[in-house]
Amino acid sequence: MEKEKFLQGNEAFAEGALYAGCNFFAGYPISPSSEIAEYMAYELPRRKGVFIEMEDEIASMGAVIGASLAGAKAMTATSGPGFSLKQEHIGFACITEVPCVIVDVMRGGPSTGTPTGPAQGDVMQARWGTHGDHPAVAIAPSTVEECFYEAVRAFNISEKYRNPVILLIDEVVGHMREKIRIPKPGEIEIINRRRPNEAYDDYLPYKPDLGGVPNIANFGTGYRFHITGLSHDWSGFPTNDPKRIGELIQRLTKKVEKGEDEILRWEEFMLEDAETAVVAYGSVARSAKFAVKCARNAGKKVGLLKLITIWPFPVKPLKRLAEHARKVIIPEMNLGQIVLEVERVIGGKADVIPINRVDTELISPDEILVKL
Amino acid sequence: MAFDYSKYLRNDKMPHIWCPGCGNGIAMKSLIRAIDALGYKKEETVIISGIGCSGRISGYLDFNTLHTTHGRPLTFATGIKLANPKLNVIVVSGDGDCAAIGGNHFIHACRRNIDITLIIFNNYIYGMTGGQHSPTTPSGSYSTTTPHRNIDPQFDLSKLAIGAGATFVARETTYNIFALDKVVIEAFKHKGFSVVEVMVGCPIYYGRKNGFKSAFSLLDWQRKNAIRMERAQSMKPEELEGKFTTGILHRREVPEYTQLYYTLTESFEKSVDKVSMERE
Ligand SMILES: Cc1ncc(C[n+]2csc(CCOP(=O)(O)OP(=O)(O)O)c2C)c(N)n1
Ligand code: SF4
Repeated sequence: MEKEKFLQGNEAFAEGALYAGCNFFAGYPISPSSEIAEYMAYELPRRKGVFIEMEDEIASMGAVIGASLAGAKAMTATSGPGFSLKQEHIGFACITEVPCVIVDVMRGGPSTGTPTGPAQGDVMQARWGTHGDHPAVAIAPSTVEECFYEAVRAFNISEKYRNPVILLIDEVVGHMREKIRIPKPGEIEIINRRRPNEAYDDYLPYKPDLGGVPNIANFGTGYRFHITGLSHDWSGFPTNDPKRIGELIQRLTKKVEKGEDEILRWEEFMLEDAETAVVAYGSVARSAKFAVKCARNAGKKVGLLKLITIWPFPVKPLKRLAEHARKVIIPEMNLGQIVLEVERVIGGKADVIPINRVDTELISPDEILVKL
Repeated sequence: MAFDYSKYLRNDKMPHIWCPGCGNGIAMKSLIRAIDALGYKKEETVIISGIGCSGRISGYLDFNTLHTTHGRPLTFATGIKLANPKLNVIVVSGDGDCAAIGGNHFIHACRRNIDITLIIFNNYIYGMTGGQHSPTTPSGSYSTTTPHRNIDPQFDLSKLAIGAGATFVARETTYNIFALDKVVIEAFKHKGFSVVEVMVGCPIYYGRKNGFKSAFSLLDWQRKNAIRMERAQSMKPEELEGKFTTGILHRREVPEYTQLYYTLTESFEKSVDKVSMERE
């Protein structure tokens, strides 16, 4: 049955997660993300899934990883202060390769900051928030519909690559309402983690398989093995062998790099002949699109690169636009985070002009338009 | 015939990292005997530990094992048990792991009453990191971070567990392994969150810093200071000063959390479509 719904970004994300087969949610309330927990608290018990409110975000993330190891498709949702607390366990999920989805509905400022004001200040935290070298996958939707579809994609990516996937939703997208069509079951492909098929006795949980991703069994399925946050070899047991440690850390990053064709997503808008390009993500991309349309109407050769996946950083479309653009404008609701990546990729081939706001006010189309 | 531990151990992971005389091995063997007595299947049992000397236990036991982060094994256990209530879920945590960094998770696990057994290896010290004081280090004793005497008050973990709502709480020593086996078995059998506080000796750090000349002297200290609960009831507070009570300290039957949860989910009709429509 096809359905249309008028939903908030946060609710659409929850719907998308359920569509993807999410059957476990553990969380701790925090604005502006709580609607996701509330939606899941209502829906999951009715679908034989599990919802639990934990004592804090560290515990939520631990429960999510535990549930995923027991075979659940698990997620949590939070905002800046909680996202900081989750970092230790996000690293645990990276090194132990446990699929899970983490939503960070971004608020303004460090610490408690501005709980209900929009910002995009957690971009670098999504990349490097947990310590040590590790792969990061982060997605920043800019519409309610994208919240739904990217939720499905987030679960698919996390299951396939066995890595946490982070959703960076800004407060505007999280709370804004738009009409969306909920696809029919089966309309979007749902990917589930691969299961091992070795005999129980020969089983090496961390032996890389397709694309360097191991087939780790779910607990309780007949296999018997060990999982640790210590550096480990294919058997899953800790190792101090520099060769094995090096292999592990490199494989983790490489498995995500190898999947970039599938993981990366962006939209190009009027970029073909653009002499000035705007690079934007999240709610800011909406202002940017409007500004680009206005400038085109005024006869200017401008275009927009809207990033949907932000980590790994989509290098290809940026390199392409740098072939003809002389000016690249990066509006962000932070003091300049993605702009650093843009500068790195463009390597001086075009002028890079940041537009930054950290007062929890949206960046308006006008503010972008004057730079075009 | 002597008990064959090797069938429950990952023998290729031996030798273990524990120091000679460490009490962790004694407690681990008791855990193995209890599992054996109840006939738990290895594939259906998950043993989860935190970080510390005690935390290394998960690498040695031949079950499904999960070596987590410092202080947080109970959070992982909560997710595992809720996602698959058929699994036997056992957590091993050190005193620092459980009561310092993991204190919040500890009290909430006690409160929730999910069918998990928590075995605390209480050695009064942070063993793994080299003998710093923990929340259970007795006042007046020495550690590498209380070189001038510890002035911190000591946590009574069993009392804390009872206060936080655990439905089964027992304390035993590695001196009295027969009593220990009994309470571990009872804890496993209990439907709800059960806590066993095991007093284990750390001769290398706590012992050496506090005048215990050998691993045996720590066991002897346990012998002298453990007071059975029944006896403690007739003793005066002054007589109990510096001592600790042992036995099953608390037990009550309360509906278990996953059962309550799944009873709730069963009350809904299966049709997802119908449910979603209601919300529109
Ligand atoms: C977040 C974090 N902080 C600190 C440490 C360092 N650390 C490892 S084990 C440990 C203390 C262990 O003490 P306890 O839990 O009593 O276990 P024991 O080693 O005595 O068995 C500490 C502080 C860590 N691993 N992680
Ligand atoms: S340091 Fe203490 S607790 Fe750790 S293994 Fe040695 S004796 Fe045991």
